[in-house]
Amino acid sequence: MKGSFKRLTRIFLTYGAKIVSILLAVSIISFILVSASPVDPVQQYILGLGTAVSPEQRLEIEAYWGVNEPPVERYLSWLWEVLHGNLGVSSLYRRPVADIISERFFNSLALMVWAWGLAGSMGFLIGCIMGMYRSRWPDKILKKICYIFSSVPAFWLGLVLLLIFSVWLKWLPIGFSSPIGMLHEEVTVWQRLYHLILPAFTLSLMSFANIALHTRQKLIDVLNSEYVLFARARGEGRWTILRRHGLRNILLPAMTLQFASFSELFGGSVMAENVFSYPGLGSAVSAAGLNSDVPLLLGLTLFSTLFVCTGNLIANLLYGIIDPRIKEAGQ
Amino acid sequence: MKQLNRRTKILILTAMTAAILGGLYAAGILIPEEAAAGNFLNARQPPSLKHPFGTDSLGRDLLARTLKGMAVSLTVGFGASMISGMIAVFVGIVAATGSKTVDAAVNWLIDLVMGVPHTVLVILISFSVGRGLKGLLIGIAATHWCSLARLIRGEVLQLSSQQYVAVSRRLGKSSRWILIHHFLPHLAPQFFVGLILMFPHAILHEAAVSFLGFGLPPEQPAIGIILSESMGYISTGMWWPAVLPGVSLVLIVLLIDKLGDYLRMITDPSSAQE
Repeated sequence: MKGSFKRLTRIFLTYGAKIVSILLAVSIISFILVSASPVDPVQQYILGLGTAVSPEQRLEIEAYWGVNEPPVERYLSWLWEVLHGNLGVSSLYRRPVADIISERFFNSLALMVWAWGLAGSMGFLIGCIMGMYRSRWPDKILKKICYIFSSVPAFWLGLVLLLIFSVWLKWLPIGFSSPIGMLHEEVTVWQRLYHLILPAFTLSLMSFANIALHTRQKLIDVLNSEYVLFARARGEGRWTILRRHGLRNILLPAMTLQFASFSELFGGSVMAENVFSYPGLGSAVSAAGLNSDVPLLLGLTLFSTLFVCTGNLIANLLYGIIDPRIKEAGQ
Repeated sequence: MKQLNRRTKILILTAMTAAILGGLYAAGILIPEEAAAGNFLNARQPPSLKHPFGTDSLGRDLLARTLKGMAVSLTVGFGASMISGMIAVFVGIVAATGSKTVDAAVNWLIDLVMGVPHTVLVILISFSVGRGLKGLLIGIAATHWCSLARLIRGEVLQLSSQQYVAVSRRLGKSSRWILIHHFLPHLAPQFFVGLILMFPHAILHEAAVSFLGFGLPPEQPAIGIILSESMGYISTGMWWPAVLPGVSLVLIVLLIDKLGDYLRMITDPSSAQE
């Protein structure tokens, strides 16, 4: 037990160092990318002000922003501020980027946690059924469904669900995270959940297929093993074998895969939030890009990278728990 | 059909799938611009015999627009996955044949690209080069090479330990000679199958990014743009612009997937039994 703790600490430290290096590289690359953009940030800022600006004032703004300083200096001063928790002010929302991210992160988190949990449990269950009935009709049908769902674009699925449940059946709201025209404080938890159903369902439908197919394969591998053959020879039933030998061997790999899929989860939430006008990080990313809001775009890029890397770190730690042999490969 | 063996059957199916895809592409290219032009007199028509997919709010025939958009999607998807595949081959070979440091550096690079959500990276790149076709191509190409590169790295590592490669080396053949005569021919099937499997992903990404408004300009017929326009009318019960182009997108992605499966069965019959 002590050895495994030590091993996990080592995975944590090596991967943590990797995360830091990746975040640093992402900050440099994204800074270069936005600097190369043909969009003039000063012009964009002035447009956002909504008032006319004289050439002198423009020069003043440029001097204040340090537009004409060399890029390396600009990058270093930006990085310095970021390390002190100052991500700048969004030119679109006129508020500090850090505030926007933290506020919207909780909206997105609610969406992603539901979708993630639903996709994981649904995928795992379907994977188990497919594995147990391998090559028979439940497996064949479910496998087809899984393949089809992995070819369906998430945003189109969202549109179709919106059409069916909101427009035709009128069971669920068209979008947003709360009823329109209500104050933030008056919204109850139930109303929030009610508005969350469709986006979360869409997001989970797009990611369950991966985990289901993976679980199916793992379960088939387990059922083909010699210890399962021996268990069957002892007279254990199918479901007892699944409980005693199957679940224990496939649950952790499935969870690992689920944690390693944070990148797709975030990408999917960008699409789902845009379809349902849900005020989370995903809709902020596309709004920042479309309105050339550079500070917000940079902040969100860094934050989403951190989010994905955290998922990968957890996946790596789980890997270390499952399979001690991984410890060498993990380095 | 009974007399044909499995291989022949698969070859015929492959040819048929490829012909359908080629036909759709040709249809998209050959349809004149006028067919997709607006006509306010028959705006918002539900599907009928004259307009099988109905018309949109500007009176443009949606079937013509969808076919044209599909051709654009196929072009972007093919171009992006081609570039991505080349990157993957290059990176994979470099990682497998280079020193330990190079290998570690490549692994780090892959972790870096996998660390940023693809949608965010594509948005960032599209913002950087200005929206449009170029940003779309670069963005999709830059995000899709990782898994194929890992596959090719593994393959080359395995090839390098083969006896005939060792014999070649002993016979004094240069690394370049071995690369051209041993590695590349061996990687070709992997490369093409990987390319075809990447293709639908690229198309779906193209549609998604166009849907968000970062891809092609709005006057261009693209599936993502048609779907994003349809969002504005969905609450009034106009279902056809949202449903029918989307179904065609899914069908074309499934077709390409099938084509990839067939090709894999032809090039690598042993692994295709699953």
